[in-house]
Amino acid sequence: MPPRTCALCDDARAILKRPKTGQQICKECFFYVFETEVHNTITEACLFKRGDRVAIGASGGKDSTVLAHVMKTLNERYAYGLELFLLSIDEGITGYRDDSLETVKRNQQQYDIPLKILSYDELYGWTMDAIVSQIGRKNNCTFCGVFRRQALDRGAAILDVDHIVTGHNADDIAETVLMNIMRGDIARLGRCTSICTQGEDTIKRSKPFKYAYEKEIVMYAYFKKLDYFSTECIYSPDAYRGHARAFLKDLEAARPSAIIDIIHSGEAFEIKDDVKATQKLQQTCRRCGYMSSNELCKACTLLEGLECGLASNAVTGSARRKLDVEGHPSKTMRQIPFFRAPPHLQLSKQSVSPAPS
Amino acid sequence: MSTISLKIEFGGGLELLFSNQRSHRISIPALVPASSGSSSTQQKGEGDDAQPTKPADLSYLIFWLRDNLLKERAELFVENGTVRPGVLVLVNDTDWELEGEGDYQLKDGDEIVFISTLHGG
Repeated sequence: MPPRTCALCDDARAILKRPKTGQQICKECFFYVFETEVHNTITEACLFKRGDRVAIGASGGKDSTVLAHVMKTLNERYAYGLELFLLSIDEGITGYRDDSLETVKRNQQQYDIPLKILSYDELYGWTMDAIVSQIGRKNNCTFCGVFRRQALDRGAAILDVDHIVTGHNADDIAETVLMNIMRGDIARLGRCTSICTQGEDTIKRSKPFKYAYEKEIVMYAYFKKLDYFSTECIYSPDAYRGHARAFLKDLEAARPSAIIDIIHSGEAFEIKDDVKATQKLQQTCRRCGYMSSNELCKACTLLEGLECGLASNAVTGSARRKLDVEGHPSKTMRQIPFFRAPPHLQLSKQSVSPAPS
Repeated sequence: MSTISLKIEFGGGLELLFSNQRSHRISIPALVPASSGSSSTQQKGEGDDAQPTKPADLSYLIFWLRDNLLKERAELFVENGTVRPGVLVLVNDTDWELEGEGDYQLKDGDEIVFISTLHGG
């Protein structure tokens, strides 16, 4: 097949075939189309307003590096008027996270954006390495995900930002839709395709790359020569998401638009009323004040399990009730520091008395 | 000429399977067996009626890399006769889908890049 000219500018040589549209386009047009689509995603969802302080969840990986680059580019090109920060979480995984954090520090230099790093060790007293040595390699992704979500919110509260953005791309969201279907997780299925999530007491969190294909993010990084870290987490080969990912990649090979189509299907889901009624209402954790579906938030529950040496019991709901019955935590047990929402969210909150320490 | 020289680059973590080296320079035969029928190589310089040959293409290169350069875990690179889904291939900085994928005929001095997308972001 001889090389063609770009379908958009009809001038330069085409170097890429877009999976989303099948168009064959040149390098400059690709940069422009990719950046403009993200810009359209942002403006159509009205994600930001002038003066917003925005924290970019940065891991040093391909998605967050490209996100930092694109956010900075768009902020300047379209004068969003945003104040950008890089927020990084150190889970304490030797040989993985310590290397990727070096990449984030380089990103801070390259993009001239302030950086804050928060670690599991300082927040929870446990690194992922310590957790895995305690509970083994099954369910450790549950701990990591739950702890990271809280850690991002806490880091954002310290920075007093209005908004967190993460680099989740179209492939990630499609995988999540499939995973939630496979596990029958109705509550998550209803929420997982929202571009922006916000509770009353939590900082807005959105995904500007929601419609960006992973392949395009990698190509963008390659052609722009962006510096990113690319190794699989050493604990991830056992993760359930791997099944969804392998399946999705095969679907994409057969029909590239499958990824976007799965997201559109996910957006169209509506939960039946009688099922919705059984869903739990949101409350606040009585121990640390973070948002929760139960009396104790998932992070406090998991931490209690770790401290008592019954960690694997804390993962499922029924096992957790057994843990409750077994008694109150001892005074010497580590607990998560009380969560204070950033000042601008506290104005609308009712006063909540802190948990007894 | 009977061999062609190529520059191969690995990214996105693939280099770990290839002695942790991102850049490789290799030489492969210019003409290779056309089908997997015969295993013995009686290749002569010119086309031989007894054994059909074809110019070396990307499909051949992928198997050549697996058999000669790959140090471990072939299943992370090759699947079902081609690269594993999730591995991007660029030929002289162009998406291989625009060049005919596995059927692209290699030329001397070509630069082929393999990038894996299968890792956290």
